[in-house]
Amino acid sequence: MAKDDSTRTPAPKTAFYNDPVIRGRIYQALVLLAVIAAILSIAHNTAVNLERQNKTTGFDFFWATAGFDIFFTLIPYSRASYYWEAFLVGMLNTLLVAVLGIFFATLIGFVAGIARLSGNFIISSIATFYIETIRNIPALLQLFFWYFAVLKAMPPVRESFIFFDSIAINNRGLNVPRPIFDGHFHYVVIAFLLALAFVFVLRKWSIRHLEKTGQRFPFASTALAILVFIPGIVWMLSGTQVTFDIPQLGGFNFRGGVNLPPEFVAIVVGISIYTGSFIAETVRAGILAVNWGQTEAAQSLGLKSSDRLRLVIIPQAMRVIIPPMTNQYLNLVKNSSLAAAIGYPELVSVFMGTTLNQTGRAVEVVFITMLVYFTLSFSVSSLMNWYNRRVALVER
Amino acid sequence: MSDVFVRTTWAEPLPPPDSSVGVKGWIRGNLFASPGDAMLTIAGFLILLWAVPPLFNFLIGDAVFIAKDGAACRVEGTGACWAYIWDKLNFFVYGFYPPAQQWRVNICFVVGALLIVPLLVPTAPYKLVNAILFFAVYPVMVLILLRGGMFELSFVPTENWGGLTVTLIIGLCGIVISLPIGVVLTLGRQSKLPVIRTLSIAFIELWRSAPLITILFMASVMLPLFAPQGMTVDKLVRAIVGVTLFEAAYLAEAVRGGLQALPRGQYEAADSLGLNYPKSMGLIILPQALKLSIPGIVNSFISLFKDTSLVSIVGIFDLLNTVQSSTSDLRWGSPHQAVTGYLFAAFVFWAFCFGMSRYSLFIERRLETGHKR
Repeated sequence: MAKDDSTRTPAPKTAFYNDPVIRGRIYQALVLLAVIAAILSIAHNTAVNLERQNKTTGFDFFWATAGFDIFFTLIPYSRASYYWEAFLVGMLNTLLVAVLGIFFATLIGFVAGIARLSGNFIISSIATFYIETIRNIPALLQLFFWYFAVLKAMPPVRESFIFFDSIAINNRGLNVPRPIFDGHFHYVVIAFLLALAFVFVLRKWSIRHLEKTGQRFPFASTALAILVFIPGIVWMLSGTQVTFDIPQLGGFNFRGGVNLPPEFVAIVVGISIYTGSFIAETVRAGILAVNWGQTEAAQSLGLKSSDRLRLVIIPQAMRVIIPPMTNQYLNLVKNSSLAAAIGYPELVSVFMGTTLNQTGRAVEVVFITMLVYFTLSFSVSSLMNWYNRRVALVER
Repeated sequence: MSDVFVRTTWAEPLPPPDSSVGVKGWIRGNLFASPGDAMLTIAGFLILLWAVPPLFNFLIGDAVFIAKDGAACRVEGTGACWAYIWDKLNFFVYGFYPPAQQWRVNICFVVGALLIVPLLVPTAPYKLVNAILFFAVYPVMVLILLRGGMFELSFVPTENWGGLTVTLIIGLCGIVISLPIGVVLTLGRQSKLPVIRTLSIAFIELWRSAPLITILFMASVMLPLFAPQGMTVDKLVRAIVGVTLFEAAYLAEAVRGGLQALPRGQYEAADSLGLNYPKSMGLIILPQALKLSIPGIVNSFISLFKDTSLVSIVGIFDLLNTVQSSTSDLRWGSPHQAVTGYLFAAFVFWAFCFGMSRYSLFIERRLETGHKR
């Protein structure tokens, strides 16, 4: 039955500017107008200023010859290459540092974070000292330290520090052996991929087996054995030979092997150690966030200590760790741009530095660089969000 | 009937075993709890043995404390060259500020310290007056004193400012200007009005996704382009604008944490009192939310303070840049010159940041309402 509307008091009559809905619209329109006006005025000023400086605009410079050298490239590049190739070189160098940095920082972070929680006084003190010192010193300063005070202060080529007769460190960087694979090596790679696929199937089967029968299949050790033995046997059978191109001192520098320039080593070492200290705190917070009752419950179920960690504590800690860890990864990707300060040719240095100076296309170059970092940040956070959704608590 | 023995006095409890108390108990519990633990202890001890004595010798034992120039530091086997820091200290603190005018910088330091200490002590009275003095009056005073050009003070252009002074100025401007912007951005992000919300989110996410160094480049290259014709923007101001907007986006997220931690009831209570939006935010929501987000704000201020070192890349002589440029001073040329300089700069930054992080922990503990075990 419809309710009689006449008993309700009608909405009080107010002036239109006191109506929250209309007022909200007015505010929004005003803000929008202000923003548009600001953007238009900036665009106008920029156009006027550019015209006054007789500068052309547009993205056509991408197909012009760059004309500058880059000493560390992952793809073929020379002075005669185009700007878009230089851009690509810078982006790949940024990605390389980001990937290596994320890997090492995670490693350092987990070790240091768990070490700080250790019951062992000396170990936890060392970890605490590392975290509290490194966290509070600017990343750029640490980078300068590694580059100018450590790597650049290494002895000259002829007096290099040499480890195991194959790794040499001098003021021109780190020389490491390069493995050379002969023609049969792809069989080993294929065998490894097959073994990986088999392990994946085995994992599914072992989970089903556990659910059906309650019997635990020794998955980890079996998987390891499969991954080692199958490619190993194929290696033997195919007669693959792997030789190492070992750096040799010849003339004025090392020949052979891979030369990692000091700029590259400094940024990877510096950024991993810096970000590692933040990840360590994230890991520690995550482990501490798991209620002690969970450990007790696991103990009362009779789980042994490794299972307790693997099945009860770590899955719950991961949920707390992932979101702040994503932030740290994003910071690492952004901080990789600091390498520009020591001359490592990454995106900011190649593109926002040299390219911008040579072409003078400030607006375009800044816009593209920002876009690249936005895309990078967005991809990292989407990837981590996807992982986070997988491990997140499924609530009823 | 047989005798029944009933004890009438309380039996004194036995003392805990010797191996679980005192020094011995501590060593057993913290260093040798299990065979694995013992191995870790030995490994850790070896690491310390390997690292600490050389470090001590470098920093203190073999270090040169008093010297006229680098000759004493060039001697084989000497450690850190502290005499060089001592000689350059003036440059590290004031940059190229004219020596005769350095008292002006000193006044700023002293007044700043006098204002900030009572502001940070939670029990000190007159918080509001203090805050107004520090956040509104003090920056104006610093500007007038350092820049000069009025009140018979000689004019000192910003190119001559440098060292720790500039680092602190950028840090201070960063927090004072970016906090209000950050609060407005957060409120915009939480707003029900779609246009305002979208604009706020776009601003915050855009600035947060870019590295500060690109923003500083952008500020130094693009701001002159954006400005109307004939207007020049000071180099230091450009850097401060970049740092401030960057920091505002981070502060907005820190304050959002505080806003979201506030129970809904507080919003509803403000509504039911008939307060309009500015009043309910200003009187009910923000005072509580800001208090809750103090740790987050301090943390982002710590990272802002560390990030101020990036302005050296766009050619401003902040603390790091003065140290970096002095490491090539030939008069003090010695093998450990650069290391000593970086250690000094690292220590200064560390002292500020560590102090702030302890303060943030202290506030966190004060705000703790006892829900934790």
